[in-house]
Amino acid sequence: MADDAQPVASSPSAPEPAGFPQSVAEVREALGRVGYLADEPAALVAYLAQRLGKPILVEGPAGVGKTELAKALSRATGRQLIRLQCYEGLDEAKALYEWNYRKQLLRIQAESADPSTPPGGSAGPDRQTGGDPRSPDPWADIFSEEFLLTRPLLQAIAATEPAVLLIDEIDKTDQEFEAMLLEVLSEFQISIPELGVITARTHPIVVLTSNNSRELTEALKRRCLYLWLDYPEVEREMEIVRLHSPEIDEQLARRLVEVVHMIRQLDLKKPPSIAESIDWARALLLLGADDLDRSVFERTMSIIVKHRSDLDVVAERVGLKLGEPSLGAEAAG
Amino acid sequence: MSRRPAGLAPRLLAFCEELRGEGVAVGSSEILDAFAALEAVPWKQEEDFREALAATIAKSQEDRRVFELLFDRFFFRASEAEALERGVGEGQRHEGGDRLDLDRLRESVRQAIADGRDGEMRDLARLAIAAFGRRGEGSGVIGVDVQRIRRALGLQSQAGSPEEPALDRDQINRFERHLRRELERALIERTEKLPPSRPLAELDRALPTSPAQDLAAVHRAVAQLKRRLATVGHEQRGRRRGAIVDVRRTMRASLDTGGVPLRLKHRPKHPRRPEIYVLCDVSTSVTSASVFFLSVLHALHDSFRKLRSFVFIERISEVTDIFERERDFRAISERIGREGGVADVSGYTDYGRVWLEFLEQIVDDLGPRSTVIVLGDARTNGREPHPEVFARVAERAGRTFWLNPEPRLYWNYGDSVMAAYEPHCTAAFECWTTRHLEEFVNVVAGGTPSGEA
Repeated sequence: MADDAQPVASSPSAPEPAGFPQSVAEVREALGRVGYLADEPAALVAYLAQRLGKPILVEGPAGVGKTELAKALSRATGRQLIRLQCYEGLDEAKALYEWNYRKQLLRIQAESADPSTPPGGSAGPDRQTGGDPRSPDPWADIFSEEFLLTRPLLQAIAATEPAVLLIDEIDKTDQEFEAMLLEVLSEFQISIPELGVITARTHPIVVLTSNNSRELTEALKRRCLYLWLDYPEVEREMEIVRLHSPEIDEQLARRLVEVVHMIRQLDLKKPPSIAESIDWARALLLLGADDLDRSVFERTMSIIVKHRSDLDVVAERVGLKLGEPSLGAEAAG
Repeated sequence: MSRRPAGLAPRLLAFCEELRGEGVAVGSSEILDAFAALEAVPWKQEEDFREALAATIAKSQEDRRVFELLFDRFFFRASEAEALERGVGEGQRHEGGDRLDLDRLRESVRQAIADGRDGEMRDLARLAIAAFGRRGEGSGVIGVDVQRIRRALGLQSQAGSPEEPALDRDQINRFERHLRRELERALIERTEKLPPSRPLAELDRALPTSPAQDLAAVHRAVAQLKRRLATVGHEQRGRRRGAIVDVRRTMRASLDTGGVPLRLKHRPKHPRRPEIYVLCDVSTSVTSASVFFLSVLHALHDSFRKLRSFVFIERISEVTDIFERERDFRAISERIGREGGVADVSGYTDYGRVWLEFLEQIVDDLGPRSTVIVLGDARTNGREPHPEVFARVAERAGRTFWLNPEPRLYWNYGDSVMAAYEPHCTAAFECWTTRHLEEFVNVVAGGTPSGEA
């Protein structure tokens, strides 16, 4: 148990905790088994994150599977996924910990109602500082772990089983929050003024994602491994689509992915994500479409294009191109 | 695990030094991480080695691009330098070139490119140099030779004829890179010295360039400004007394006093989220400043969610969409130039008309929470300035600022009518450097709202 509590980075030669792959190829394979086809850099960074005990900072356009990477890591390693969704105004009471004041109040009232202990009242603060620690002292023990509400970060640090901590969309928070994260990410510990420092019992794999909507601080980047995820190439996206809807015909899958790539080239408000390619493939299966001609495309394109102005652009630029091959096929047949 | 050869550590440090020279912030913690990462991966594969370094050293997309450019060059040079030092050469490398069947070579090159096999491409590149480089012994300029060989091989990204299908552009580029590298290697062997190492050209780094201004410099400044803008205004958040009692925190604080709420806690006051309307003059009289102004707009868009921007010359046109959709600065300025829709007859600014149009389109949205920022020189080219219309705009808006790219000294000289507008503004600033801009930013975001609480 004591050995397990050591961060992995400090003893690289020690055997890894069970369940984590031992090489880049194995990471890739393990991720593949749970339905995430990682490319070489992603697998390598995931592997390094575990070996070096460093957080991963994943950046890239929306919908390339940044969040999914963390989820896949948790599935592949059988670790619990602890997720902290960031938003503007997120503060430590929601991210780190909070004292359960209701319970604390009840305890105080219970203590003062109990005749065996002297009443609290105004003598309280003095007793807290000068009191004898051995005597039952309500002032000392209302600030104990019993009254602590753990929020995701503390939960990940205090977990007895190693976890995967996902800090999603870190760019939505403000810089103060980033600064607060630094202690957690580099030391894997949290200081609670009333309680002291809580150090990680196990070493979580930390994944931070950012949509690059603002520049993150150097201090944060310095502590992370950096991974840029981009839209996959046609071949890999085809594999992904076929992995998630295996019944789809190979020809159709290729055509679908090629169209999606064509659409991503356009100047759109929201280019289609990988998840949307998969949804589209499923929709086509349900409709029983065996080819992607213009009418099928126009009926189903709302699955991948979700802005009114984008719809017009796509219908005009891609829809027209799609018309031709099916016409040609009709003429030939 | 393979041991690290003695030469790697200093070499890696030299590489980091070169990255620093190109403006990538590589700290010592990054370097330590890089070494730790190299311990953890078997770096017999070039890709693993490269990715492990990149993940620990290059922490943004921009840094990554510089990293890629330098990585190739640096390690190529390093190995060539080593070869020179030890006198390792390949001797008659072009031997046998004459005996090659050119058509078969052409076919194999096409095949290798289509399959994207790197090792094969490299071997074929050497064969191609041997086959085609012979005649005339090359021009001595590597770029010229690369193009000559490429033409001789008939490599095109467009389909030329039915039996020569189109090849992927990127793959051809990869082949060209091999060609270039092999030619360089041959040149180094011939001359027995390395060409001097140059810093990356700005063009290579694909940064926006402009003849008039050093955009990269503006960009760096704006990046800093961006960061400041993103946090400024939050300073006010703190635990200042607000009007509303925060029950949860009051109860929480009361625990120190035995559950008796002696100290009231207030909800922190949230900073005013400004609604900003920016009008930016893009006419010829402010050409030198408009690049700067557009970068400012760009930075503002990154930092304020409620921002609408307009460009104007003779007429006004909303460009909020362009800024929200594009993140790349160069693309933005191109698109504004192309479809800004301020296309005009004379190319002269008409402030009066701009106010009228702005008032007509926007005035209903303006309110006490909105801030109007005008970026312009107030030179009306002798047209009617309509200060009374501007006054109405300023009246509707909570605050109105004017940023003038000319020094205060020149205001109101010639056709500048700044004096007509200035009294209606909350404040007017001279603004043509980032320092001026920061002063202004402090006023807008620092939240010294004049007249309202």
